[in-house]
Amino acid sequence: MKRIIVCLKQAVDVSQLKVDPATRRLITASAPKKISDFDKNALEEAVRIREKIGEAEVYTLTVSHEDAKAVLREALAIGADKAYFVNDPSFQDVDTSGTAYVLAEAIKKIGEFDLVLCGEASLDSFSGLVGSRLAELLNLPLIASVRRLTVEDNTVVAERTLEDAYETVKAKMPALITVTREINQPRIPSLMMIMKASKKAIVTWTATDLNIQQKKIGAKIEVVEVLAPKTERKKIMITGENSAEIAEKLAKALIQEGVVGR
Amino acid sequence: MSEHKGVWVFSEKYDLTLEMLRKGREIADKLQTKLTAVFAGHNIKEKAGELIKYGVDKVYLIDNPALERFQAEAYLSVLHNLAANYKPEILLIGSTKNGKSLAARLATRLGTGCVPDCAGLGVNEEGRLIGERITYGGNAVAKVTFRSKPQIATIPARAFEKLEPEDRKGEVIELDVQIEGPKTEVVEIKPLETASVNIEEADVIISCGRGLEKKEDKALLEELAKIVNGHVGNSRPLAEDRKWFTEWVGLSGHKVKPTLYIACGISGVIQHVAGIRDSKTIVAINNDPEAPIFEVADYGVVGDLYEILPALTEALRKQLH
Ligand SMILES: Cc1cc2nc3c(=O)[nH]c(=O)nc-3n(C[C@H](O)[C@H](O)[C@H](O)COP(=O)(O)OP(=O)(O)OC[C@H]3O[C@@H](n4cnc5c(N)ncnc54)[C@H](O)[C@@H]3O)c2cc1C
Repeated sequence: MKRIIVCLKQAVDVSQLKVDPATRRLITASAPKKISDFDKNALEEAVRIREKIGEAEVYTLTVSHEDAKAVLREALAIGADKAYFVNDPSFQDVDTSGTAYVLAEAIKKIGEFDLVLCGEASLDSFSGLVGSRLAELLNLPLIASVRRLTVEDNTVVAERTLEDAYETVKAKMPALITVTREINQPRIPSLMMIMKASKKAIVTWTATDLNIQQKKIGAKIEVVEVLAPKTERKKIMITGENSAEIAEKLAKALIQEGVVGR
Repeated sequence: MSEHKGVWVFSEKYDLTLEMLRKGREIADKLQTKLTAVFAGHNIKEKAGELIKYGVDKVYLIDNPALERFQAEAYLSVLHNLAANYKPEILLIGSTKNGKSLAARLATRLGTGCVPDCAGLGVNEEGRLIGERITYGGNAVAKVTFRSKPQIATIPARAFEKLEPEDRKGEVIELDVQIEGPKTEVVEIKPLETASVNIEEADVIISCGRGLEKKEDKALLEELAKIVNGHVGNSRPLAEDRKWFTEWVGLSGHKVKPTLYIACGISGVIQHVAGIRDSKTIVAINNDPEAPIFEVADYGVVGDLYEILPALTEALRKQLH
């Protein structure tokens, strides 16, 4: 029996974020949350591996200072067998270093496993550090940015997307894999799956349950400002009687700007 | 913390190393400290001296067959050994996929913070490093500083321009470092051979999105590209969902900064826009007057790309010749 642990972040749904035009600040407090997209791909991949090899169980693991039950329920509906939730108000200001540390402690407490799957980065902060940090803390082989994954006996073979190449890499399990969005198209759970999920277990732990040392979750970086970028675009709409006229006006404008024919 | 000194630069990509050296030089001067490049590889002794021309005071050269190609554990152990020993104050690492993962693991080993993908970089009054990065899916730019040392930041390609080489004084110090064995095995490397590998350097880019009905229709963009000496790009769904292409422009793809970016049949969702923000002039062609792309465009045309594009190609052909 193989055990796959998928790390799931509850992220701000960035497509629904609003900006206060006066201050250029983001209105994050009321923004809806969801499973970070890349992590959903990781979960989908884990479920597909289980479907393929049969003998496997999929656990999800989420660390958050706020409630995340809806996200965990969705994960169970997609196909996780069990959800672990490490929930503690002291996690409010954790950065990637603290998050990876708590994830590592939780995974140690879960015990045996063959694979840890993470998203390559998170939808909201998009740092892409936690998976690599976690591999280091658990002393696991790491294959990052994976677009294709195969599990054979005790090895994983994975194709990575690099800037200028695809690289196929092999590692002995247990191993940690971070996935890109290309790897699959996550399923949308049916009503049946959602109903079945309500019977599955959610295990909740606090920082104390994991013997988390507060000094180790202290943030090592500090966000001093988050502002929407200024957009200073001309926003000139070009209109005309027909396409030819519009095109001529546009061509003229571009030549005047000096951005073509250089 | 005060024992940490000096600014270091490392990337497994030579060009990116040179680009970071410019910023590294600026920061080292501000902090009145030295700029060091960590240069690892095999048979690279001759190249090491060249780095001095690009602004470094010191090159730590590690020349070892195990470093012939990038291998995560080998490179990680080199950087970890050096950083644990010599304690730099700031470490700039090239933000390739490999580099970023390396930075995260190194930060973990050193018990320090890491700020990835800093397209802007400076130091504050206290001499702490401040990185600027895009966050919240392109909705915002965050300024982030550090509470621990070394301060590790990763720097994307083409964020900075390399300095003109000049004759300068500097030293190359060859070091012997304990190198860890690999935990993974590379079995195959398939180079990507698409032209868009260079899209980040293109001066003019014409991109299509889901408004393009068939892959072959890309020819419409190519026609225009020929006239204006441009590159053709695309939004992510054309690669990820339709599998027509392997790459895309945007936050999770290529960040581009051409003089002219023409978006055809692209709605202008924030993740796409985050990758084109640094373009000098943006043109949007979209048949939906409400498309958000018009909010970030200098020139907008509400219309069918199948009509506007050929007409624009024709108009430019006439007006440019
Ligand atoms: C974490 C994350 C990262 C992402 N990273 C990226 C990224 O790096 N790059 C990226 O591009 N996307 C990225 N996306 C996806 C992004 O959110 C959008 O889904 C994508 O950019 C939309 O692509 P599009 O504009 O081509 O398609 P659509 O949004 O479907 O827009 C198509 C547009 O074409 C117009 N149109 C249709 N027919 C015509 C016609 N005949 N003539 C003119 N106009 C026409 C329509 O009006 C519409 O506005 C990311 C998403 C996530 C969640």
